[in-house]
Amino acid sequence: MINMERAEGRAERSPDREFLSIENLGVTFNTEDGVVRAIDGVSLSLERGKTLAVVGESGSGKSVTAQAIMGLVKSQGGHVTGEIWLDGQELNRLAADEVQALRGSEMAMIFQDPMSSLHPFYRVGDQIVEAILAHRKIGKTAARKETLEMLKHVGIPAAERRIDAYPHQLSGGMRQRVMIGMALINSPQLLIADEPTTALDVTVQAQILDLISTLKQEFGTTVILITHDLGIVADVADQVAVMYGGRLVEVGQTSVIYDQPEMPYTLGLLSSIPRMDRELPKRLDPIRGNPPSPINLPPGCVFQPRCNYSDRVRDGACLSVRPELLPTAPDHLVRCHLPAEERRQISEEVRRILAGAVR
Amino acid sequence: MTAATREILRVTDLKTHFPVRSRGLIPRVIGQVKAVDGISLSLNSSETLGLVGESGSGKTTAARSILRLIRPTAGSIELDGTQIANLSQAALRPIRRKAQMIFQDPYNALNPRHTVGGIISAPFRIQGVEPPGGVKAAVQELMERVGLNPEHYNRYPNEFSGGQRQRIGVARAIALRPMLIVCDEPVSALDVSIQAQIINLLKDLQEEFGIAYLFVAHDLAVVRQISHRVAVMYLGHIVETAPRATIYSAPLHPYTHSLLSAVPVPDPKIQLKRERIVLQGDVPSPIDPPSGCVFRTRCFQAQERCAAEVPQLIEVAPDHKVACHFPITVAEVTARARAAGKIEVPETEVPAPPVSGPHFVEPGPPHA
Amino acid sequence: MAGYVVRRVLGMVLLLFLLTLTVFVLFSLMPADPARLTCGKACSPAIIENNRHRLELDIPPIEQYQRFVAGIFVGRTYLKDTARPLECEAPCLGYSFLRNQEVLAMITKAAPVTFWLAIGGFVTWMVIGLVFGVVAALKRGRWQDRTVMGIALVGYSLPSFFIGLVLFFFVVLIWHLLPIPQWTSGMPFANPGKFFQTMLLPWITIATLNAAFYMRLTRNQVLEVFGEDYVRTARAKGLPERIVVVKHALRAGLTPIVTAAGLDLAYLLGGAIITENIFNLPGLGSLAIGSVLASDLPLITGITLVAAALIIVANLVVDLLYAVVDPRVRVG
Repeated sequence: MINMERAEGRAERSPDREFLSIENLGVTFNTEDGVVRAIDGVSLSLERGKTLAVVGESGSGKSVTAQAIMGLVKSQGGHVTGEIWLDGQELNRLAADEVQALRGSEMAMIFQDPMSSLHPFYRVGDQIVEAILAHRKIGKTAARKETLEMLKHVGIPAAERRIDAYPHQLSGGMRQRVMIGMALINSPQLLIADEPTTALDVTVQAQILDLISTLKQEFGTTVILITHDLGIVADVADQVAVMYGGRLVEVGQTSVIYDQPEMPYTLGLLSSIPRMDRELPKRLDPIRGNPPSPINLPPGCVFQPRCNYSDRVRDGACLSVRPELLPTAPDHLVRCHLPAEERRQISEEVRRILAGAVR
Repeated sequence: MTAATREILRVTDLKTHFPVRSRGLIPRVIGQVKAVDGISLSLNSSETLGLVGESGSGKTTAARSILRLIRPTAGSIELDGTQIANLSQAALRPIRRKAQMIFQDPYNALNPRHTVGGIISAPFRIQGVEPPGGVKAAVQELMERVGLNPEHYNRYPNEFSGGQRQRIGVARAIALRPMLIVCDEPVSALDVSIQAQIINLLKDLQEEFGIAYLFVAHDLAVVRQISHRVAVMYLGHIVETAPRATIYSAPLHPYTHSLLSAVPVPDPKIQLKRERIVLQGDVPSPIDPPSGCVFRTRCFQAQERCAAEVPQLIEVAPDHKVACHFPITVAEVTARARAAGKIEVPETEVPAPPVSGPHFVEPGPPHA
Repeated sequence: MAGYVVRRVLGMVLLLFLLTLTVFVLFSLMPADPARLTCGKACSPAIIENNRHRLELDIPPIEQYQRFVAGIFVGRTYLKDTARPLECEAPCLGYSFLRNQEVLAMITKAAPVTFWLAIGGFVTWMVIGLVFGVVAALKRGRWQDRTVMGIALVGYSLPSFFIGLVLFFFVVLIWHLLPIPQWTSGMPFANPGKFFQTMLLPWITIATLNAAFYMRLTRNQVLEVFGEDYVRTARAKGLPERIVVVKHALRAGLTPIVTAAGLDLAYLLGGAIITENIFNLPGLGSLAIGSVLASDLPLITGITLVAAALIIVANLVVDLLYAVVDPRVRVG
């Protein structure tokens, strides 16, 4: 019986899909205030061994996207639509226990706050051993040995001692290393890192990003890096997807997103960041206003209320019509009503001002 | 705009130590967490001093001690000419209108049961100040000034977004027109696009009212944007202080180099080419700091002398002070990094302190 | 750890000392004259004064207190100057002249009643509270949840004297389902059947309010823990939902509940005044009420001391227990 299902599963795998392919993913939550559309129509694909950065602010839906891939949304009462293809297997249609078998073995996740993400009552070694035994039939001793190896591998000094430490006895950076070790212990093909450095000091942040890059090379893992910080993405990601208001608003190669961003929101993000590598501008140029509430999204373009250029679009389309995510160049998608010509012009202007920092 | 700048704050040799008690039958003080161990700084009106450092550097304890939210162990704090280091809480009350604070977490710093109007007008009530035109008018003017809709006077904090809540915190802080505002990581909990809004707001208010800011933050890019001078803290000590341009373009302390090197740049072309100094490990425990120079265990310049001798904070150029036996210039660091790929400090195994109790694990001030 | 325990025990002793002192002071301020109560209406002042002397009430209160404390450790002799001195051996909690009994003897006689009442009630309410609370949390928002919360609200709003009286009235007096509760010495082991018949209604009475409270507490606690990041981590590891719920969520969520329940149990062990009275159980609660009504100072002091000691000890046990389950609060 089990074998037959396996066989069927294999038959379903389609070779023409990318390693990870998300198609029209949507997540809704029923709350007291009404239906919250956390993400809407997210489509993405990612080659094996590459790194995708999903960038967005709070409420943009970036974490929900990650948790939807991991199949963690349903246990929180969310409703998932669309398709998630991982290595030729569609996950959204799988039974709960089948997704559970993939979680932690084929795909793994690390989280923002390593203190609250580790269980305070159990020793860190035991928590990793538990992850091994959930997926593999090996003895406890062997699992512990493997755990020790992994702790050394992720750069935990005196791992023989720290394996029996409780999370609160470790520093923040050390805890995040434990989380990374726990995520990689079953050699997953996909690693999702949800703001892995936000809770850490800047010096430790660099250590952790280095570690993720090194391990990615070594294990050949495909990585999705969820972050609000365009800065940490720059040298880690191959591809960047910018999210806003539960939608993808711009997707492209990392160099394209930094060098020729076209969506006004991406431009706004880039000009909001204080930069160390440039002349000091007299003032920063923030995006005005506040991010939209997912309960009450604007009817047209979700970014319109904060956009400086929406008045350039004819007939006020930004106010009433949802723009589509359309290709503007090969491998570069933008969701904006502005004509491509005008977008590029605006982008160039903004980047020239940023580079010169004359304000 | 105030006509002439004048000194608002002078802190001299400030120390804040927390006793560590034994767990025997009769608890004895067996050590001190030297959260702040002898820092000196000064601040003029209309000036911002950025105080940067990693967690555990003591920057937050220093900020709170300066406002006397924590009682300092030793040292002097002169606020507008008054010595406040040893004043009683009652004697401090009239002084408090001169110095206010903005907190990191806009979600927890505001009482959820009070209306925005109530929160912003609290300083008036506490200090017994009757603003001309009445409290309500004053509060609405403040709300307008910080970019909030004055009609939202009667709303509760949970009806506002993170950025708006931080604006409420700013309005409360400027209500009594203080000379000094201590900002404790005021933007680190906010979204990137909102951070820039708040920084701009703080700068505008400084220009308008001549407020001095002590700006405590870990984000060097943010600090650069707002500060006139910067002090770098490590394990309770100021290791380098200089005008902004100097700190960012010509730092001398290896720790400052390391911090600057760790700040990511949002440009893949630059980021991939940068020379990096990778600091290993974490800040050591302030209960048992390293001998000599506190930074030596993570320092790429460390030599024998560093373990034996505490480096003094010496003025190497006008207004530029460094506490290091072997300061190093940017050019030298770059040359070394080019030669070696990246500068890495081999990690020495620091014996972990005996694990004793929850409150020793994250050294820091006991939160009030 | 040992040092910590010793320190806590010393603190406990100090607290008990202050407590008895307070009781003594309060009673010496009371208008009622204990000597006056020793004989009937036709007492002459001379007899009262004589009794006052015999009962050692004519000495300063401080000295009375000293003798009381000394009695606990070395015992004491009452009515020394008389023909029939009373020997009260250590630990002597005093002697009630109103009832002509040693306080300790009365307490040890009443204690088993209260003990069994409290334990039975405790087990009942914890089982009901935890099981239904967890079910409500797991089925949040569905009919199971709403039913449990509805029941909890009803249980919460019924005062225990009302439940007790209603149960007693219908079950015993009207429907004759159970005999009239009567405690006999030697229970529960001498007569288990009668024991359960006697205790069933008191247990239900005690459990109702607490079960309602614990249902709500458990539900909220478990729901809160389900939102914790480490529960999400457990799921992300691919653990079966059963293990996520039991090993990760419930272990963390129920720990504070079970430990805090220890305090409620201790509180009950000091006497359940209302329930004991309704069902005519001769426990510490009934004893305490009787002693207060009769202004029986030695007895009141003794019961206060015992009840307080129970609660303080329970506090210590709860704290130590917590340190065992939660490594973050582990000491030494």
